[in-house]
Amino acid sequence: MLNTMTERVAKVTPLAAVRRIRGLSDRTIAWIFVAPTIFLLLAINIFPLVWTIRLSLTNYRANQPNRPLQWVGLDNYRRILNDSDIWNTMQVTAHFLIWTIVLQVLIGFTLAWLINRKFKGNDLWTTIIVLPMMLSPAVVGNFWTFFYQPQIGIFNYVVAFFAGADPSSFTMIGSVDLAPWSIVIVDTWMWTPFVMLICLAGLRSIPSYIYEAAAIDRASSWRQFWTITIPMVMPFLMLAVLFRGIENFKMFDLVVQLTGGGPGSTTELTSINLKREAFEKWRTGYASAYAIILFVTVFGLASIYVKALNKVKER
Amino acid sequence: MKIKTLLSATALACSLSASNAYAEDLTLCWAAWDPANALVELSKDFESKSGHKMHFEFVPWPNFADRMLNELNSGGKLCDLMIGDSQWIGGAAESGHYVKLNDFFDANGIKMDDFVPATVIGYSEWPKNTPNYWALPAFGDVVGWTYRKDWFARPELQAEFKTKYGRELVAPATFAELKDIAAFFQNRTIDGKTVYGASIYTERGSEGITMGAMDVLYSFGFKYDNPKKPYEMAGFVNSPGAVAGLEFYKALYDCCTPPGSSNGYMGEGIDAFKSGQVALQMNFAFTWPGFEADPNVGGGKTGYLVNPAGPSGEKFAQLGGQGISVVSYSTKQDAALEYIKWFAQPDVQQKWWKAGGFSCLRSVVEAADFATSQPYAQTFLDSMAIVRDFWAEPSYATLLQDTQKRFHDYVVAGKGTAQEALDGLVEDWAKTFKDDGKV
Repeated sequence: MLNTMTERVAKVTPLAAVRRIRGLSDRTIAWIFVAPTIFLLLAINIFPLVWTIRLSLTNYRANQPNRPLQWVGLDNYRRILNDSDIWNTMQVTAHFLIWTIVLQVLIGFTLAWLINRKFKGNDLWTTIIVLPMMLSPAVVGNFWTFFYQPQIGIFNYVVAFFAGADPSSFTMIGSVDLAPWSIVIVDTWMWTPFVMLICLAGLRSIPSYIYEAAAIDRASSWRQFWTITIPMVMPFLMLAVLFRGIENFKMFDLVVQLTGGGPGSTTELTSINLKREAFEKWRTGYASAYAIILFVTVFGLASIYVKALNKVKER
Repeated sequence: MKIKTLLSATALACSLSASNAYAEDLTLCWAAWDPANALVELSKDFESKSGHKMHFEFVPWPNFADRMLNELNSGGKLCDLMIGDSQWIGGAAESGHYVKLNDFFDANGIKMDDFVPATVIGYSEWPKNTPNYWALPAFGDVVGWTYRKDWFARPELQAEFKTKYGRELVAPATFAELKDIAAFFQNRTIDGKTVYGASIYTERGSEGITMGAMDVLYSFGFKYDNPKKPYEMAGFVNSPGAVAGLEFYKALYDCCTPPGSSNGYMGEGIDAFKSGQVALQMNFAFTWPGFEADPNVGGGKTGYLVNPAGPSGEKFAQLGGQGISVVSYSTKQDAALEYIKWFAQPDVQQKWWKAGGFSCLRSVVEAADFATSQPYAQTFLDSMAIVRDFWAEPSYATLLQDTQKRFHDYVVAGKGTAQEALDGLVEDWAKTFKDDGKV
């Protein structure tokens, strides 16, 4: 009688194979299982990274393969760090990153807090609110260019209606002052639902007995909000900030479709600038160094942030 | 009976495969625009004569260079024939992307003297002005202007214009006149609609604002480098004339374009003109057949205009257009060369012009009836006689993107001065040529 799965497997395994496996240590078997993953990781992640580092030390141009390759040492890195245009794109990215995160967290949390209350049509409103994040960023960028169109755009008409101005008297994506805000508005419109969903998960994970106990202790709603709701939702909020931060640091499609980085370089984020260097100017070596600098920056910031997140979770 | 059927089926299959022994599936790559559709129709003649099957890969203009240069740089085999932009010729020749066509031309009696000289230099030669041919001139194109002839002819507007400017409301002969006319129409109500002065190129991503601004700068005295000392750019790129030209372009953008025109190129210009939004429109000649056929602006409502003259009377225009090349990575080069041989024939070129393609063959464009064959034909001829083109160096993409940034920053974003923009451009270009070992 074969009782266990192990016994059944042992029975059907050919004798030759059994002998072979018997000769392998647990450690070897573990390596056999892990090896394909390690191989894929090396091929897909580590090798390109090493290759990029190598290219970053050369003057290589992918569009001129016949050109002799020259080692330029750290020259590309020096040029990038001394390039005022690159610092400008960093500032543009920082403006975009900070404001989108601030607005998305504030609006997302408020929406989650409202949706978390029991009311009729709760599910319907949740579905309606999450619709924007289901759309393709390229499509969103495209139709918002029409919303922002000064002569026919609905955005201009709505703003003009409330401000009492002529709709065609201002242009969101053609103005140096307004264009950075135009991309913040669209990203906030699209991704606030994502933050809302994470916050909603956080709010629904708080056991109701904690609020009941606080109410028995005569804690006010305000006090319950600051001492129960916020601390317990904080890990979720921090996770949302991490996701949105990483996503927006590499934001490309939405902004390219919306403004193309313009007017001038007013909305040229680092990812757009990097793409131009790599695949429009074809300065592959220079762009590789640029990518490495961005990678180190994001990796460093994300590591610090994850440590902070873990500390908050431990509390 | 079964054996007989089997044998006859085998014989039929063998005969079909024998008749198609040399038939190839050829892919031609080009931009997605009206002339490409005309070429699809025209190519049916080649298919029926050669037995080869034609396939087409068309990419919209804003992504055309990105997509196709990636294809060439990666040694891709997608395209057997490439109608590539004129500026690619240097890089494509030096990197070995295109097949050199001199021997093929000699063997098949195709003479470059038979083509419009500007198109041979612009689309086929590398190095420029040397008899090294990498493409057959395929589609002649040049930036010009269209204007609303019907609006210009309105007596009330003519009278008002004459009172204001002291001259007739006619097609402008100089850029100064063009700006006056654009300002005159800006925010004017015509047939109950608000209209604007002019649509010009301002696109940031690919090449738009460079093509537009250069189209003006040439006539103001801009030169790429010292004619006596190649790559010496200071004093030529940023000459006082060039600075005045860039200032003019910004002034035209600020005063006389429709709201929201901060990122417009060919498509946006076509839309603005066809929808009756603007009185004047800068665009490549390829758009002109479309205007003639349009119910809103066709039928004599549109006038065609060679680039106006600059302050000193000099008059140049930005070259567009492309040559057709055989991709060196193609495994079907013989069939691809057959296509070029077919395309170079005078009767095919004649059909090409009639279908909406701008032929570069002299026997077509210099024919007695050519100038009157279409309302825009003479303007096209006159424009092709005054063309200038952007760098066609292997590093043209870097040079172009630097120009896009400098021009857009100044003209649209209003950063700095024209002098600073052009001084900066000299620095950018010098850096690129230094990296290339040319200076």
